[in-house]
Amino acid sequence: MSGHIKLAQIKKGNDAVVQSIEGDELRSKLLELGLTSGSKVRVLYTAPFGDPIAVDIEGFVLSLRKSEANLIHVTV
Amino acid sequence: MKIALLGNPNTGKSSVFNLLTGLRQHVGNFPGVTVEKKTGLLKINETSHQLIDFPGTYSVYPHSEDEKVVYNVLSNPANPDYPDVCVVVLDASNLRRNLFLFSQIYDLGLPTVMVLNMIDVADKNKLSIAVDNLQSQFPDAVIVSSNARVKLGKTRILEAITTAKQSENRITFIENATLAVIDDQARQEEEAEKRFAKIDTIIPGILTQKADEKKTETNSTKLDKILTHPIFGYLIFAAILLLIFQFIFSFASIPMDFIDAQFGHLSEWIARSMPEGIFNDLLTQGIIPGIGGVVIFVPQIAILFFFLAILEETGYMARVVFIMDRLMRPFGLNGKSVVPLMSGVACAIPGVMAARTIADWKERMITIMVTPLMSCSARIPVYTLLIALVIPEKTIFGFFNLQGLVLFALYVMGVIAALGIAALLKFVIKAKTKGYLLLEMPAYKQPRWGNVGITVFEKVKVFVLNAGKIILAISIILWALASYGPGDRMEQAVITAEKFATVNQLDEEEQADLIAGAQLENSYIGIMGKTIEPVIAPLGYDWKMGISLITSFAAREVFVGSLATIYSVHDDGEENLPLRQKLLKEKRADGTPVYTLATGISLMVFYVFAMQCMATMAVVKRETGSWKWTFFQLGLFGVLAYLGAFLSFQLLS
Repeated sequence: MSGHIKLAQIKKGNDAVVQSIEGDELRSKLLELGLTSGSKVRVLYTAPFGDPIAVDIEGFVLSLRKSEANLIHVTV
Repeated sequence: MKIALLGNPNTGKSSVFNLLTGLRQHVGNFPGVTVEKKTGLLKINETSHQLIDFPGTYSVYPHSEDEKVVYNVLSNPANPDYPDVCVVVLDASNLRRNLFLFSQIYDLGLPTVMVLNMIDVADKNKLSIAVDNLQSQFPDAVIVSSNARVKLGKTRILEAITTAKQSENRITFIENATLAVIDDQARQEEEAEKRFAKIDTIIPGILTQKADEKKTETNSTKLDKILTHPIFGYLIFAAILLLIFQFIFSFASIPMDFIDAQFGHLSEWIARSMPEGIFNDLLTQGIIPGIGGVVIFVPQIAILFFFLAILEETGYMARVVFIMDRLMRPFGLNGKSVVPLMSGVACAIPGVMAARTIADWKERMITIMVTPLMSCSARIPVYTLLIALVIPEKTIFGFFNLQGLVLFALYVMGVIAALGIAALLKFVIKAKTKGYLLLEMPAYKQPRWGNVGITVFEKVKVFVLNAGKIILAISIILWALASYGPGDRMEQAVITAEKFATVNQLDEEEQADLIAGAQLENSYIGIMGKTIEPVIAPLGYDWKMGISLITSFAAREVFVGSLATIYSVHDDGEENLPLRQKLLKEKRADGTPVYTLATGISLMVFYVFAMQCMATMAVVKRETGSWKWTFFQLGLFGVLAYLGAFLSFQLLS
């Protein structure tokens, strides 16, 4: 499987690898939380209504809104 | 020596702080900003040092007001809080992310202590840490491990602080590690990538995962599936809310009645044992009731923050934010707005302050604007008096108590108003940045009772000091306005009242009550009440209620006591039976009763909306840093209260 998709599109329970983050004002914040390219993430669960989502980032769980997850490009 | 305590959120940093300083701590603000600054005294070998607890951050580069403090202090050696030693607390079970901040601080060149906290959690997750290898990456740092939850490691940390040394030519973790300027986003991003790249190369040499723990689900994740479930998640949260409110409303009344009675006794005792005069009056009618009016709310606030601290400590609060965020967003609020709104049910002051955790400016502003609409505990005495007065005690639909139902409706009205106003403000307030929610979901933990206790103590202290100052000041001003009148107006009124009492052969208590009423009517505040009568007449109020509206600006519950004085009734503090009987007998000029259903409902609606609390206004001013927002809120609530009361009175009468 190749080609970039967005973290927001990853289904519950699936793994992905971060490729890049869009140049938004949140980019540095997301990088500082460890979402650098190559880091492994897993979508653990979502809130009711599918938003926000909880993601495991190399050992810690971060919740983020779909709009934020849309800034993160990943590969499966 | 100044020692800075730094670290990511949820690393047990505050436990380390409590472990090192115990109760010898002081909570204030960092200069110029409303960011909480906890300082504590630290004794090492008989010398005292100052330990400063900085807000938890993921990076030295700020993304919120809180985090700016860390950057401002660490980037400027001339800052009064610039530390001599940095103690960085790391969550040992989460080394990758924690090392990021640590490496940033290490590269500043200051003496640095690394506290590997939560070693027990790392153990449980079958993680082992090669401290030697970690040390070789940061040769100048002193590394200690601790488990602050069980108070392990205090002496080791203290020792480390004394041995940590300044190093002139520190080999920084990454090259070119000088601090970037605050708005050089590009360099900060580049630095983040560089640091994590380096961390990812050293982690395999430091961290080993024992057994095949990785594939199995952790207990936290299992619990999360239930607590964030679309149905059970909300049900459990609703049940917890119900439990908390049960405690606040039912069980808090026991200590509250006790406090009320004690202050009453104290006033009476002083009134009797001190020589009569102005000082006696000021003390027994102004100051003591003023202080009593603050202390009475302490039980409810303590109970609320006891529960909130437990929810926070266990990590459950993050899940509440998680499941509530989507529901709050259409109203321009954030999942984190839940805590301020919940606090508002006890008192808006800690609620408004709790909005600090919301990083987005617009969402934080809206939260502050609407939190005082939640019906706080000071409204309860007003509600209960009015309900008992105009709502018949009967059961409808078989089991609903009508009076209870009305009380519930008043609370619901507050919530609906809060959400409605929030939704409107969403369109009015311009966003400075795009709202976001980036929240760590910490692993579930047992609450640390020491931390819970300290939180409760601090919140109560903040409330008593903030609200106390203002309520006390207003109580004294109002006492003066109620005790003095222009010219000899009051003396004349007293003489008339005394004559009336003699003619009608009133007993001593009745005469005293009558005189008190006459004095109040002719005091400055009585005149003020009469002046505003034309304005409040369309709401169904007369000047007597006008006086009570003005006096209750100190605190809403003063309304009840004021009415008692005006109607010359002895305030029995409990069921207000004499007051209620008197009020029901009150007639207008045309002979119709004053306290009808229409007037009662109109007053209740007024108190749901009106910003009848100076202490809250002061806190809103401080937290928003703006008079504009403070007066906007006052005006908005005033208009709502007036219109709401006007409509209810006109429709019902």
